Amino acid sequence: MMKIEAIIQPSRFESVKDALREIGIEGMTVTEVRGHGRQKGHTEVYRGREYTVDLLPKIKLEMVLPDALAQRVVDTILKTAKTGKIGDGKIFLSRVEEAIRIRNEERGENAL
Amino acid sequence: MLATNWWVPVHESRTSGVGISMKCVGWKCSFSLVLVVGAILLTAVPLAAQQTPASSAAAAATATSPAAPEIPNAVNEKLKQLDKDVKAAQSAGDNAWMLVSAALVLMMTGPGLALFYGGLVRRKNTLAIMMQSFALMALITVLWALVGYSLCFGGNGPVIGSFEHAFLRGVGAEPNTDYAGTIPQATFMVYQLMFAIITPALITGATAERMKFSGTVLFMTLWFLFVYAPLAHMVWGKGGLLNAVGGKFPCLDFAGGTVVHISSGVSALVCALYMGKRTGYPKVPMPPHSLVLSFIGACLLWVGWFGFNAGSALAASSLATSAFVATHFAAAAAALGWSAAEWLKNGRASALGAISGAVAGLVAITPASGFVGPMPALAIGLIAGVVCYLMVTKIKAIFGYDDALDAFGVHGAGGTIGALLTGVFAQTVINPIFGADKPAGGLDGHWGQVGNQLVGVLIAWGFALVGTIVILKITDLITGVRVPEEHEVEGLDITQHGEEAYNLES
Repeated sequence: MMKIEAIIQPSRFESVKDALREIGIEGMTVTEVRGHGRQKGHTEVYRGREYTVDLLPKIKLEMVLPDALAQRVVDTILKTAKTGKIGDGKIFLSRVEEAIRIRNEERGENAL
Repeated sequence: MLATNWWVPVHESRTSGVGISMKCVGWKCSFSLVLVVGAILLTAVPLAAQQTPASSAAAAATATSPAAPEIPNAVNEKLKQLDKDVKAAQSAGDNAWMLVSAALVLMMTGPGLALFYGGLVRRKNTLAIMMQSFALMALITVLWALVGYSLCFGGNGPVIGSFEHAFLRGVGAEPNTDYAGTIPQATFMVYQLMFAIITPALITGATAERMKFSGTVLFMTLWFLFVYAPLAHMVWGKGGLLNAVGGKFPCLDFAGGTVVHISSGVSALVCALYMGKRTGYPKVPMPPHSLVLSFIGACLLWVGWFGFNAGSALAASSLATSAFVATHFAAAAAALGWSAAEWLKNGRASALGAISGAVAGLVAITPASGFVGPMPALAIGLIAGVVCYLMVTKIKAIFGYDDALDAFGVHGAGGTIGALLTGVFAQTVINPIFGADKPAGGLDGHWGQVGNQLVGVLIAWGFALVGTIVILKITDLITGVRVPEEHEVEGLDITQHGEEAYNLES
């Protein structure tokens, strides 16, 4: 099992979600997050006072998938989340030891 | 609210003018009636003459001589009734407009100013700043009923009113002819109350995000009694030192440039200096938490200002229309002025800039609104928009005081510019304040008025400065004015009121 964490532009979220649904992904956890990588923030001016906003809003998707599906999901996210500009985000992949469905205590890939 | 009784005679003359013209109509009616009767008789006479000359002569005699004394009596009764009806109709019209105006001015404080300021503070202080405006709606109203109205508009002293109308004694359906001869005094009283509410509320913009609620209540009580009431009486009250009619320094202030905006703006500066900067200012970013709230608030202020300025004609008159028009044009020009300055400086025109500009224009036109035409109003607005932009972006940064929401930068500066420009642009053709054949302001050739305005401005500045310092000291000794630093960090909503503006999880 693989866990995919993708941090993407909020503006691309709907497209990514639709594309994932099309390839049959049924579950995901979505969080509104703030942060920055190499992308610098921007400045806002209120009555002449400049504020540097360096933590920018992003969307974080988290999915745990059978190994076989992971690569297709990564490809789909890459294709739909990319705008080609700085700030498009990152995808992190990691191994998952175990998954348990709380309702009936199913384990492993069955629980996904 | 034009200075004292100036408008009353004019108003009276308007009333009687209408009355006279109605009388003329009445007389014409009865006169033409006589003519018609006469004409019929004249045509009848030859016919009758052919038949029975004697009877026709008798008929003519009965038609003219006995009827003549009777008609004036009946007509007189009718005219008296007509005169009463006309006055009642005018009073009904004026009263309707003034009650609506009073409601509009209250709307400027809550929700207008509460939303405007509420959006400009950080999220943790939203309720606290809105509550300050709302608390003043309650507090000043009660003070007004007890002594406030009387201190502002009772008696005829040069500096302060009397206790003549304490507990609203004698304030009822009868007009107070010193101020507003066609509306019930109770209407005038409640209209003026709304000004007394918004003025201290404006100061909360400078003390935002760090003033104790208990300190606010005490400070505002004292400030209303010892700064607002004397200034209002000096400028608008009968016998007042700065009253445009009969004052030692006749100062033109149609709707409160000195009384409302200079007094609150200068006091705001004193408060900001006395209290010191907010913790972390200017290093910690303190951006407005919701410009949407501010936007709605500013738009409500703009609409409410029609009650503030046009209502200050104290009648549903053509002067009210003139003030309405000037108010609107100045606000529009100022929004453009501020936006243009910002666009040149930053390459963008911001929403906050546009609404701040509009408010600055509304402030500046306030003293001038009943004295200037639309073109000077555009000029006043444009100048105020640019100057206030420079005040809050440049001057504030140079001196480093923390006027959190720019109460001084907009109301103090805008009010001062407006008061001085009133002396330049006031015209007798708009408002014959000093008499129909006497010039009003500089454009009319009476440049001395700019000097009078300057004296008014200086007295208002001085009075507000000294009064506010003393009151702050007293407040500091009794309740304290500033919250402890940890309360400031946690936010005033929780520490002062035990609530939060946004419980997004509930």
